[in-house]
Amino acid sequence: MGFPHRSHPRETPLLSKHFGDVDARTLTGWRQRGGYRALEQALAMEPVAITNIVKESGLRGRGGAGFPTGLKWSFMKPGDGKPHYLACNADESEPGTFKDREIMRWTPHALVEGCAIGAHAIGAETAYIYIRGEFTEPLLRMNEAVREAYADGILGKNAMGTGKRIDVHVHKGAGAYICGEETAMMNSLEGRRGNPRIKPPFPAVAGLFGQPTTINNVETLAAVPHILTNGPEWYKGMSLASPKSSGTKLFSVCGNIQRPGNYEVVMGFPFGEFLRDLCGGPLPGRRFKAIIPGGASVPIQTPEEADGTMMDYEGFIAGGSMLGSGGVIVIDDAQCMVKQIARLARFFAHESCAQCTQCREGTAWTTKILERIEAGQGTMEDLDTLLEIADNMTGKTICVLSDSCATPVVSGIKKFREEFEAHITGKRCPMRAVAA
Amino acid sequence: MPDTKMISLTIEGRAVTVPEGTSILEAAKTVGILIPHYCYHPALPVAGVCRMCLVDVEKAPKLAPACATAVADGQVISTRTEKALEARKGVLEMLLINHPLDCPICDQSGECELQDYTYQEGRQDSRYREPKRFNPVEDFGGDVVYVPNRCILCTRCVRFMDDVAHDPVLSVSERGDRAVIGKFDGADLTHEWASNVVDLCPVGALLSKDFLNKARAWELDRSASICPNCTQGCNAIIETRDNQVVRMRPRANPDVNAYFMCDTGRLDYRWINRTDRLEQPMMHVNGALAAVDWEPALAAAAAALRGKRAVVLASPMLSNESLFLLSRLGGRGVFRVAQGPEAPLEGVPDLALRADRAANVRGAEEMGFSRTAALSGVGAGDVVVIADDDLEGLDTAALGGATLIVMGTTLPEGIAGRVAVALPTTNFSEEEGTFTNLRGRVQRFMQARAAPGLARPMWYALTDLLALLGQPSAYFIASEVFDALAAAKPSYAGMAYDTLGLRGSPLPAAQAAGRSA
Amino acid sequence: MSASGTSGTHMSSPASHAGGHGQGANEAPVFEGARRQELDTLLTRYPTKMAALLPALWIVQAERGWVSERSMTEVAALLGLTPAYVKGVVTFYTMYHQHPVGKYFVQVCTTSPCGVCGAEDVVKAFLRHTGTGDLGTTSADGRFTVIEVECLGACGFATPIMINDEFIESVSAETVPEIIARLP
Repeated sequence: MGFPHRSHPRETPLLSKHFGDVDARTLTGWRQRGGYRALEQALAMEPVAITNIVKESGLRGRGGAGFPTGLKWSFMKPGDGKPHYLACNADESEPGTFKDREIMRWTPHALVEGCAIGAHAIGAETAYIYIRGEFTEPLLRMNEAVREAYADGILGKNAMGTGKRIDVHVHKGAGAYICGEETAMMNSLEGRRGNPRIKPPFPAVAGLFGQPTTINNVETLAAVPHILTNGPEWYKGMSLASPKSSGTKLFSVCGNIQRPGNYEVVMGFPFGEFLRDLCGGPLPGRRFKAIIPGGASVPIQTPEEADGTMMDYEGFIAGGSMLGSGGVIVIDDAQCMVKQIARLARFFAHESCAQCTQCREGTAWTTKILERIEAGQGTMEDLDTLLEIADNMTGKTICVLSDSCATPVVSGIKKFREEFEAHITGKRCPMRAVAA
Repeated sequence: MPDTKMISLTIEGRAVTVPEGTSILEAAKTVGILIPHYCYHPALPVAGVCRMCLVDVEKAPKLAPACATAVADGQVISTRTEKALEARKGVLEMLLINHPLDCPICDQSGECELQDYTYQEGRQDSRYREPKRFNPVEDFGGDVVYVPNRCILCTRCVRFMDDVAHDPVLSVSERGDRAVIGKFDGADLTHEWASNVVDLCPVGALLSKDFLNKARAWELDRSASICPNCTQGCNAIIETRDNQVVRMRPRANPDVNAYFMCDTGRLDYRWINRTDRLEQPMMHVNGALAAVDWEPALAAAAAALRGKRAVVLASPMLSNESLFLLSRLGGRGVFRVAQGPEAPLEGVPDLALRADRAANVRGAEEMGFSRTAALSGVGAGDVVVIADDDLEGLDTAALGGATLIVMGTTLPEGIAGRVAVALPTTNFSEEEGTFTNLRGRVQRFMQARAAPGLARPMWYALTDLLALLGQPSAYFIASEVFDALAAAKPSYAGMAYDTLGLRGSPLPAAQAAGRSA
Repeated sequence: MSASGTSGTHMSSPASHAGGHGQGANEAPVFEGARRQELDTLLTRYPTKMAALLPALWIVQAERGWVSERSMTEVAALLGLTPAYVKGVVTFYTMYHQHPVGKYFVQVCTTSPCGVCGAEDVVKAFLRHTGTGDLGTTSADGRFTVIEVECLGACGFATPIMINDEFIESVSAETVPEIIARLP
């Protein structure tokens, strides 16, 4: 559904089918809607068989990295005598993204089921769902769903009567975007500062508590029961961009758009039509100025670029950006690009963990220069400096928060240079002339 | 060691072969290349946060952190491609944007790695136009002061306290460019080994209160030495200005003290500078001690000793050389040694501030001196040679009516009227020689200062004295004494001064036992 | 659920705010009785005690409204950590308050997706109508503290805010007075 709006006929509601349906949240309600049949099926299968189905399906990580899920699961070596862990990344903090919260607050059992299947597939007896601390309702719903699942014997030491142990624990975060980075999330779960770790070692070798761990996004895990029930060919067949991108994707649309909300479309959907038809296009009297299609960390697109893009992993790259988390931020011609890019830089500066020099200092420096330009006190040299700082911040750090800060700066200066120059030469924001 | 896979690669054009698992940074060291870095330290777990050590690996798309990347066969690595140089320059620029650039008033100036690398390859100018972050100076307790504005967040101090000292009183507080090193109210850097964080800090963020504003790094003369303050024998550097010791710092020795020394040892150097020294030979002339030249004083001492039973009260701070020649005086030799609580550095095997608070207890024992708490059995006809024991806490009544000869750095209190001869000697900083540590490691110390007045090394004075007593020899330099010692003492058999180097060597017995100290 | 324009869905969980004003207040340990049992249950979920740190700090904040140094010491002792370590963790995460805050801690998201939808006006409205005037300061009657926060993950429901644990979507400058008015 273009939740919270009515479902658009061109959507393909799979994960979002029950958004807004209060009865879908309970165990009974979920069962009535077909829930937990996939888990029952999975528990009767060999783990490697489940992994192969997921591999076949082409499911790729929906958190932003797009790593093939089945392949990631296959990194967990069975029979190594070590405790395996599944960690679900529900830290959703990428600006523009708000899909995982909907999955959790409307279909919490979908995530419980996905976690349980995932845990079984990778040989884990324990799964943690790391939910950001601000997600009051998702926390409430997930805790309740887990409670129901334990009470019903779905979870626990005798999952669905199979004698297998599956434990799922909800873990509440405390306010740090960086904990959405998988290794930082593990550190946070372990009770440490949310610092990303150097890789190698990779989580599948030494992750949580030093043990083999798989980390998956909420949307990824929520898709798994459907794939198991309907088969990998079905999932691949849905997409317009197979085989590289399969299935559906929840796109969170926000900003200056008629109908902000979560839209579920098949991979490969044409972006221009998506924005104007499904999402209703720009606000009355306004025109699109910039589209950031995958959360704050991906390159900014011009409306022309967006119009020519197909909504899948490779399609967005061809369109000069990335699919990322699928958080679509729409900015119209009433907004000042310099101000918004400065605000995005400020976000990254606030969230930097402080380990790497370039990120710790560079995010703050970038923000200060941009705010100075926005205030009308910038120079042309500042633009060169910004681009050099951005280059220094790219490809040189433990994680990519640093690169993420550089991205809107680079794409912003490249595609909206005239706005920056207007602030500099005019010593003021030219938008201020537009009536408030 | 069987089956250690070796990896071959090229660093800066030089062929390198190292065991599998070695980091690029450590591999580079083996061929004399030091990749610039801050947060890495061989004694600490790898952090990989400063990003200075990013190297260019041929055919790899991204620069690799040399401290945190293991070598791989056939790698071709450069630290000086344009990409690597630009990256390093970028890190240096970033480290300086919030830095106060207060070198003129910063203690670290002249021995600051931020200065060094910036001078070497950083930007010439700053293009930072924004207000700098500011935090006030903090007293971290113990000997340490923290200047957050200069901190580069390398976290060496945190990792040291966590993983080496096992006293996690430091942590990183806050996030982003607000991050600082923090401690908890009431939990200070009072750990016995805490001051090592001052050495570890590459910049002037962690400073020694003791050394604060005392001297500039480039004014200091430095000598390799051994900490004299306990039997561990930590390798040290004595730093002086105008012949005064202003600082002692550890010198790395993997077999003794890794990279560290304790606070008690490090800060106890003022006694080395004391000015109430015996500076001239003295003897009783017309009822009072008067200054004389060496020759008459030595003659008087020989006369006093001839035919008498000698009781030698030696200091365990004396060198092997001095103790050896003292033992040649014959008679009975004893030593007293001050005690204090033992304080290990848990993260390093066999490293502790030892209970025996003097450098050469083992040497004294090897030369035949016995440990004693008090002096006893001294008869009126004996000659007591007080060899640099200051008699603090000793009941001087025990000296009885014996003839007293003082050979030492000071004239002990309260016995001036009874001293026949006093010969001024050097302390360990004013001579060179060797100590033997508690594990039997023989280590050299170099001369760091000029001796006061007419003071001479004790072994030098003893050479002359023994010659007068019928044991002629011609020792002019310490190595000659040591080699004679090695020839005479089975426990030192086979050792030679000139092969001791600056890391020392274990006694044959210690070596055989497989223990090196 | 709602369409945008109304004051939106809000979910809250019980949050006690004892206020905690002043250093002498709240000297008693947090982890006694039911809270201790809660911690003991939490400890069974993880192979290390350290992993219970964030949950333990949440219990402290639920009980006292903020995390004092005394509480950090208590948590450290219970989990075998040092107070300095706990402080390093507390200061990393923005949701733990290191000092007492107003009875209603108002957090307004102003990151760009909300920024382009009038979040700044929401902030201004809160500052005005709560009488706090400045970000981060507590109102004279101790009832309100207003801050800006980063993306709350409800971008399509701009502008989302939190008041303590209560999450309120689709707030506009116009709906601010009504939201404040219905707070007890």
